[in-house]
Amino acid sequence: MSMPPSSVDSAFSATPLRDASRWHPAEYAFWVLPVLAYFVFGENLSLLSQIAIAALFCLSLDLILGYAGIVSLGHAAFFGVGAYAAGLLAKHGWGDPLLGLAAAAAIAAAAGFVTSFLVLRGSDLTRLMVTLGVAVMLYEGANKATAFTGGVDGLQGVEVKPILGMFSFDLYGKTAYWYSLAVLFVMFWLARRLVHSPFGLSLRGIRQNVGRMPAIGAPVNGRLVAVYTIGAAYAGVAGGLLTQTTQFVSLDVLSFSRSAELLLILVLGGTGRLYGALIGTMVFMTAHHFLSGINPQYWQFWLGAALVLVVLFARDGIMGLLQKLGTRWTKPA
Amino acid sequence: MTVVFDGIASGLLLFLISVGLSVTLGLMNFVNLAHGSFAMLGGYICVILLNRHGMPFLAALPIVTLASALAGVVLERTLYRRLYGASHLDQVLFSIGLVFMSISTAHYFFGAQQQPLQLPPMLSGQFNLPGVDIGVYRLFLIVVGLSIAVALQWMITSTRFGAQLRAAVDNPRAARGLGIDVDRVFVLTFALGSALAGLGGALGVEMLGLDPEFPVKYIVYFLIVVAVGGSGNIKGSLYASLIIGICDVAGKYYVPQIGAFVIYAVMVVTLIFRPQGLFGRSAAK
Repeated sequence: MSMPPSSVDSAFSATPLRDASRWHPAEYAFWVLPVLAYFVFGENLSLLSQIAIAALFCLSLDLILGYAGIVSLGHAAFFGVGAYAAGLLAKHGWGDPLLGLAAAAAIAAAAGFVTSFLVLRGSDLTRLMVTLGVAVMLYEGANKATAFTGGVDGLQGVEVKPILGMFSFDLYGKTAYWYSLAVLFVMFWLARRLVHSPFGLSLRGIRQNVGRMPAIGAPVNGRLVAVYTIGAAYAGVAGGLLTQTTQFVSLDVLSFSRSAELLLILVLGGTGRLYGALIGTMVFMTAHHFLSGINPQYWQFWLGAALVLVVLFARDGIMGLLQKLGTRWTKPA
Repeated sequence: MTVVFDGIASGLLLFLISVGLSVTLGLMNFVNLAHGSFAMLGGYICVILLNRHGMPFLAALPIVTLASALAGVVLERTLYRRLYGASHLDQVLFSIGLVFMSISTAHYFFGAQQQPLQLPPMLSGQFNLPGVDIGVYRLFLIVVGLSIAVALQWMITSTRFGAQLRAAVDNPRAARGLGIDVDRVFVLTFALGSALAGLGGALGVEMLGLDPEFPVKYIVYFLIVVAVGGSGNIKGSLYASLIIGICDVAGKYYVPQIGAFVIYAVMVVTLIFRPQGLFGRSAAK
C-alpha cells in the first residue's frame, strides 16, 4: 500500500482532519462496554463472542462499502475463505490460533486481490451481481468438494492449540470471548488509523466523486484494489476467529444470506463510520437472539419492516440518529 | 434433444418471470429485488383460485395477472416511487426488506409447505416425436413465452406508450416538458412488470414449486437473466433466459457434480467481458 507524499498535507490546514483522528472520550467509554458485558452477561459469553466476530466482519464491509463505496452482495466469500483456511490448518496440525488468523487473513486477502479486478468493472448493479456470483460459486465449490471441506456436514476435527501456548479454550467460552474481543480491538484500531490516513481520505474522495479523484492525482483503481484486498483480509480474520472459537466450520459461512444480513446490519448501524458497524452488530445480534427465540418469522417480518423504514427515513442508520441527537443536545436551539 | 427442449422451456419460464424485472430494472432503472415476491404472490393467488374455488387453470391466469398488477400499482404509489431517485444500494436494501416481509407473511398464511397444483388434463402429459419427448405443458410455456416476448418488443418499439416510456426513462424532465405524464407512465410500467411477474409465478408453480422461500430461491436466477441480457432490453432478456435455461438444464443433466456452478460461471464471465450485459446499451448507467 503506497501512501501519498506527506508534503501534500502542508498545502492546507490539516488540523480538522487531525482532530477527527483523535480519540473522543465517548470512544473510550464505548470500549469499556464489552468489558462490563463480560461481568454482567457472563452466562451469555458465546453470544458475546459471536457479536464480536460479527462486528469485525461488519467492519470489513464498512471499509469497502462505507468508505470506498464498493457495493457487495458477496462479502461472505472472504469470511468463508478465512474460516476454511483457519479450519483446515488447525485440522492438519497447525493449530496455533494466531498463525491460523494470519493465514486466514493472507489467503482471504489473496482471494480479495484476485477478485478485486472483477469488481472494478461496471456499475453498481454489475458489482452486486459479480460479487454475488463469486460468493455463490465458492459456496457451490465448497459444497461439492466434500473430501476437502466436509461439504454440507461441515469441517470437523478442528483442534485449536492454546493462545500463545498459555490460554487454552475453555468450555465456558471465557478465553474465546477475550480472544475475539482483543482481535476485534486491534483490528478496529488499525482500521481507525487506516480511514484517517491520507489513504482513507482518498477512498472517501473516490466514493464522493470518482471523476475528480484522478484529476488530483489519486490512482482510483489502485486504491480500490488495495481497499478491497484489505477488506477481504478483515473478513478472513473474522472467519478464522469464528472457526477457532467454535472449532467447527459449517457451509453456512459462505451463504448468500450471510452476505445479505451483513449488508443489513451495516445499514442499520450506519455506513461510513466504523462505530456504525459495531453498534449495528450489537443491536442486531441482541435483537435477533431474543426476538427469534419468540418466533423466527415474526423476527423476519419486523427486520424487513425496519429495513424499509431505515431506507425511507433514517438513511444514516443508528449512528446517524445518535449524531443528530448529539448535536441537538450540545447545541440547544 | 430432450435436454435442449427442456432447457428452452425452463428458459422461457425464466424469461416470463424475469422480463417483468427487465421492465422495472432495465427501463425504469430500479433494482427491484422484491420482484420474486410479486411472482410468489401470483403463484399463491393461482393456487388459491384453483384449489379452493375450483376455477379452471386457464381462467385463473388473467385474474392472477390483474391482481399482481393491482398489487404493483398500490406498492408503486405508496412506496416505490419515493425511491426512484435513490442510489442502487438503497433500492436493493429497500426491496430486500420487502422480500423479508413477504416471506414471513406467506409463512403466516400458508405455512412452510410446498403448494400443490393440479394442471388440467389438456396441459399435462407428453407426446413423443422421433428423438425428443415433448411435455405438453412445456410446449405451452414456450408458446406463451414467445408470444409475450413478441408483444412486448412490439409495444416498446412501435407504440405510442412505448415511445413515451423510453422518453420518460431517458430524460424525465424533458419528457414532462413535452406533456408526457411521467408518473402515469411509470405506474403503468410498474404494473406491467408486476403483472408479468405474477403471471410467470403462476405458470412456474408446476416447474419451480411454490413455498414462502420462493423470492430468495429464484431471485438470483432472475437477476442473472437481467444482468446477462443487459437491462431494459426485451430481446436481450429473451436470449439470456434461453442461454441460462439451456446451460442450467444441460449442466445439471450432463455434469451433475458441478450442478448450479455452470450458470454462475456463465454470468461472471459475461459480466467480465461485457459489464453492460450481452445486449445492453453502453450508455445505460
